[in-house]
Amino acid sequence: MTGTEPIRLLDEAGEAVVTAENEQWRAIADELSTDDRLAMHGEMLRTRRFDVEAGHLQRQGKLGLWVPSLGQEGAQVGAAWAARPQDTLFPSYREHLIALHRGVDMLQIIDIFRGAAHGGWSPTELPGMRIYSLVIATHALHATGYAMGIGLDGASGTGDASVDEAVMAFYGDGAASQGDASEGLVFAASYDAPIVFFVQNNKWAISVPSTRQSRFPLHERARGFGLEAAWVDGNDPLASFAVSRRMLDEARQGRPGYVEADTYRMGAHTTSDDPTRYRSRDEEEAWARRDPIARLAAHLRSLGVDDAALAEQEQRAADEAADMRRRTLEAPAAASDDIFDHVYADPHPLMAEQKAALAEFEASFGSDA
Amino acid sequence: MTAGQTMPIAKALNSALREAMRADEKVLLMGEDIGPLGGVFRITEGLHAEFGDGRVLDTPLAESGIIGTAIGLAMRGYRPVIEIQFDGFVYPGFDQIVSQLAKMRARHRGAVSMPVVIRIPYGGHIGAVEHHQESPEAYFAHTAGLRVVSPSTANDAHWMLRQAIESDDPVIFLEPKAKYWTKGEVLDAPTAALHDAVVAREGTDVTLIGHGAMVHVLLQAAEIAAGEGTSCEVVDVRSLSPIDWAPLVASAQRTGRVVVAQEAPGHASVGSEIAATIAERAFYSLEAPVQRVSGFDTPFPPAQLEDVYLPDADRVLAAVDRALAH
Repeated sequence: MTGTEPIRLLDEAGEAVVTAENEQWRAIADELSTDDRLAMHGEMLRTRRFDVEAGHLQRQGKLGLWVPSLGQEGAQVGAAWAARPQDTLFPSYREHLIALHRGVDMLQIIDIFRGAAHGGWSPTELPGMRIYSLVIATHALHATGYAMGIGLDGASGTGDASVDEAVMAFYGDGAASQGDASEGLVFAASYDAPIVFFVQNNKWAISVPSTRQSRFPLHERARGFGLEAAWVDGNDPLASFAVSRRMLDEARQGRPGYVEADTYRMGAHTTSDDPTRYRSRDEEEAWARRDPIARLAAHLRSLGVDDAALAEQEQRAADEAADMRRRTLEAPAAASDDIFDHVYADPHPLMAEQKAALAEFEASFGSDA
Repeated sequence: MTAGQTMPIAKALNSALREAMRADEKVLLMGEDIGPLGGVFRITEGLHAEFGDGRVLDTPLAESGIIGTAIGLAMRGYRPVIEIQFDGFVYPGFDQIVSQLAKMRARHRGAVSMPVVIRIPYGGHIGAVEHHQESPEAYFAHTAGLRVVSPSTANDAHWMLRQAIESDDPVIFLEPKAKYWTKGEVLDAPTAALHDAVVAREGTDVTLIGHGAMVHVLLQAAEIAAGEGTSCEVVDVRSLSPIDWAPLVASAQRTGRVVVAQEAPGHASVGSEIAATIAERAFYSLEAPVQRVSGFDTPFPPAQLEDVYLPDADRVLAAVDRALAH
């Protein structure tokens, strides 16, 4: 699973790649009907339009920051579709498609970046979809611990993939250098935890290239920790699906795994970043030709999907992005009680004192202040 | 059950863990060498034999990994109790404690609780090498989202650990390791809540405030002072975050003179917070400035110098004299 080329089922023009080596992966991707593939394309478009519109909102001063995922939709849609309903996903902060796929409201993602909330949504309301993690790789350990808990619960390893639970943790090539990323691999292997680390190697950790993070392929590194590892073309949604599906199903039988998805951050790291300072236009254009959305669209056309169906998806994505903009502009401000109300589960005297003192201070200005 | 027995603090902790694990199958232990060995201080002795691999997890040697995976286990519904082997070994896990464990509930707007206890043997007087004798409490007391406690007696060790495990918030549980083999009676029920400060010895002239092993030094100082005609009240703070101010302030108001003592360095410390708050809240009752006694603002020295570094009864009594000189 770790050859000289990443696993690929569609080439850059969306043509099927048929080789003896990828037969097992083609068999898994065959589970996806044409309608499934069209729906995957729709999710990618939806995410892209949302993403672009959120970037505009930031430029117009409505968001403090935006983190674009442009170019990584293919890797993400494959993983999202590979995860079974009982699986729990631990995202980093660029997994917009994953979040939307699992039912997170666009406004809940926006809330994080307009400064209204740290978390955005509740994993108790959306079982299986944890919140974003901003300190890179810290959540690799949370995901591993959660997977250890699945093992202790006996909720994995029965051999029935339709009920056995697994975990997928998402991070990138930059995060892979963090100690927590390595410790996650150590613990996952030591406890046979039902987890897959899905690492999107998007080539740039802000301005530092992935070659500075590792002189050795990341998926090869994972094998050294005792995990099964695979290298997949992350801009090929079908390959990402097939590899993720297989690795998750192995993990739910107690064999943790690692997927390195070869992809590219087509946009800036965040709206505070300026990629022209560290990478070439040529490089960006080369990767633009490998855009995962265009690739899947070409594949859909080859399956007989007509342009009207794709145009309808475009329109739906544009409408939803416009609706997100309207709702963002109408969204209420955070309430000051939020500062104190959720720090501790049990009563805490400092929270009570300081909340009361703030209320008294604010009241001292009178209602027309 | 342990009720009514006299036992060392180490055994009181061990029985608290055993009883908590019997009472709630979601309680599990994590740490380095806590399995068949029973931990380097033997606090978990016999627990692996009783509860097995699934409840007593001998972990890889990686503190960030231990705390980070405990967070994930708590998300799954478990109540992990972590043993950090020595105080100075907690720092590789510091980010997971202060940026993740402490903030996780607020980040989720209350939707996720973190019932995780981190037991840390702390403090000096064991003659050990570097990193084995530190008092890191200020780092944790400064961090919103954590609760920080430190027992000084066998009874408190037992019941405060039970209470910490029952808390739905993360608790940093600081164990005065030099006193692990000091015996005391463990009662059949707790006599105070987890965050209560208690008067350990009543007195009228000077209030001595401290926590953990320092309480024993304060009691010794009070005994010596009594022989010299000075009546000292000793208040065991027990909880460093939150701090139960009422008993501290009431004692300061009664005596008008206060000495705050700790092993930790003094700068920006728990003792500083206590001194400042007593000055605010008991200002008109004070006859003298609050006196602070602490470890020096230096790294913990090599063991041959620890008796010079750590406050003893003489340094406390010198502070009592300064307070009385006003």
